[in-house]
Amino acid sequence: MSQATLTPAEDRLLLPDYREQAPAIAEYFGEIRRRPVVMSVEQLTRRFESSRGTITALSDISYDVRKREFISVIGPSGCGKSTLIRILAGLDHPTEGSVLLDGKPVHAPGADRGMVFQGYTLFPWLTVRKNVAFGLRMKGLKARAVDEQVDRWLDIVGLTRFERHYPHQLSGGMKQRVAIARALANEPRILLMDEPFGALDAQTRASMQAHLLRIWQSVDVTILFITHDLDEAIYLSDRIVVLSANPGHIREIIEVNVPRPRAPSQFLTGHFLATKKRLEELIHPPRPTTDKSHEDLEN
Amino acid sequence: MARSNLFAVRKELPTQVRLMLVAFAFVLPLVAWSIVSYVPFVWHPLVLVENAGDTSVAGSYSYVEVGQLIEKEAFDARNLELAKAGAKLARGTPANPIYLPAPHEVARAFYTAFTTAPERTGDKWLHESLWHSCRIIFAGFFYAAILGVPLGILCGTFGFFSKLFEPFVDFVRYMPAPVFGALAVAVVGLEDEPKIAIIFIGTFFQMVLVVANTTRQLDLALLEAGQTLGAKNRQLLRYIVIPGILPRLYQDMRILIGWAWTYLVVAELIGEKSGISAFLYQQQRYRHFDNVYASIIMIGMIGLLTDQVLAFVGGFLFPWEGEGTGVARWLKSKLAKRAQIPKEKARAQERLATHPSPTEEASP
Repeated sequence: MSQATLTPAEDRLLLPDYREQAPAIAEYFGEIRRRPVVMSVEQLTRRFESSRGTITALSDISYDVRKREFISVIGPSGCGKSTLIRILAGLDHPTEGSVLLDGKPVHAPGADRGMVFQGYTLFPWLTVRKNVAFGLRMKGLKARAVDEQVDRWLDIVGLTRFERHYPHQLSGGMKQRVAIARALANEPRILLMDEPFGALDAQTRASMQAHLLRIWQSVDVTILFITHDLDEAIYLSDRIVVLSANPGHIREIIEVNVPRPRAPSQFLTGHFLATKKRLEELIHPPRPTTDKSHEDLEN
Repeated sequence: MARSNLFAVRKELPTQVRLMLVAFAFVLPLVAWSIVSYVPFVWHPLVLVENAGDTSVAGSYSYVEVGQLIEKEAFDARNLELAKAGAKLARGTPANPIYLPAPHEVARAFYTAFTTAPERTGDKWLHESLWHSCRIIFAGFFYAAILGVPLGILCGTFGFFSKLFEPFVDFVRYMPAPVFGALAVAVVGLEDEPKIAIIFIGTFFQMVLVVANTTRQLDLALLEAGQTLGAKNRQLLRYIVIPGILPRLYQDMRILIGWAWTYLVVAELIGEKSGISAFLYQQQRYRHFDNVYASIIMIGMIGLLTDQVLAFVGGFLFPWEGEGTGVARWLKSKLAKRAQIPKEKARAQERLATHPSPTEEASP
């Protein structure tokens, strides 16, 4: 839009480079780098065999997630984002490479990695309260301890009034709040979120993003968040892993230099837009041979 | 009501229209039956002789007597003979064959069928026959469900059991249950056992496949969610698979119990005739067709009633499912208005009493 009318030089004047970090931001990332690694992904490759041949969904993915970090994974559709998160959860298995949680390899799903799915996946036969209690009951906790924990989590997600409701009586945003509370009640080492707000309308989505940030700030939890929405990724994350498609591999890992606490008003700041521009370039790299006008602009 | 509204694709009809159509579904056949029974010039191929005329006149049709039900041609031929002899003519009214009693006769039989003693000693009364049939159905269905439901759930959950059992079950299912009749008698005797066995064979094999299929249709994402919450195999089965399929399982059982009824007559004719089939057979032999119709309609009513009751109960058992039949929905909405509100209030008060300020307590 407006970018198209600017020369690259003007553009640069307007937007700071996303790598230009204020001292406070640099300090922030330095502090994150000193934290222990919660989950590390090592040379992960996933191939699917089919009658028509082999499809490589993920190729040589490696990165670390540090304690209490909010890390997002973005990429075009078909880049294997969902395959990646399913492997992290233990619901799928890598062809090569490994996933380590606190240094120990992951082979199967477990309560140490909470997951929030796009499709809510609440248990329709359980009330909100019992949905949140599910993981704790599976652990064999005493009823009293379960009750206390559930009360606390219902309060955090603001659904105490709806504890007796069944999922079908809730709105999409409320369902996803139950799903988040249900996953967090287990106190997982890492919370995996697979496009959790993808099915919500724009307003609910914005309020859920703010809500999630509040939860992340008040609760000791590391979050890995999958999305295809650039604004959402920048707004929420410390770092963003950018995947490219066919096969899915890491193009770049971006440190988001938008200062915290974040607010929707930052969507129009230079740092935000610069980060967004960089993400767009990485996801949709310019194709000079097919787009003449773009080529003219570049020169 | 605009016509386009009545024929809207997959739209719920207005309540009044819906009720009217349901009523019509039963009224229309009844009206057709009444027309055939009560309008003299519609069908009525026979004549009920009320007065035989001059019986002393000889002729090839002189067998005509009072109270006889004879074909119209024979009646006309007799009157021709009488007219030729100049004697008094026979009189009669048009009538339907004995196998088509009029609605009021069948309606009366609803009561009299229960009060008429069996013609032969040793034969059963209607209520005894009906009760016997219900017992056979229930026993056969019960045994089938006890074995079939768990097996079906296992097959639907684990590939291991699916491959181990389903191919054979699928193979046996194509053998019509009645072919096992003679075998059942030889193995378990002449009494009720072979009949129960036929109902069992008729429903069990279908049930395993239906239940397995229902289990497989449970959203895989729910099982995956359960796994990420730390549930292990046995917990998945108990806390997710079983509650997750329960409402659909219940619907399956409703359909399968109807299936069991269709095997009833075959089952009851094996060995010694029994139950409602024996009653029908006995009534038909004595040409009590009004009783025959009455008891056939009774079977239909028992079936429909069972189904509606089950649907109604289902609505209460599975509050998270917004399903059930029309009658059940209606009754539920009536009851809900009365009962639900005080219950909610009581719960709220109870919670307030036990947790005076949950918000303060919960803050970390």
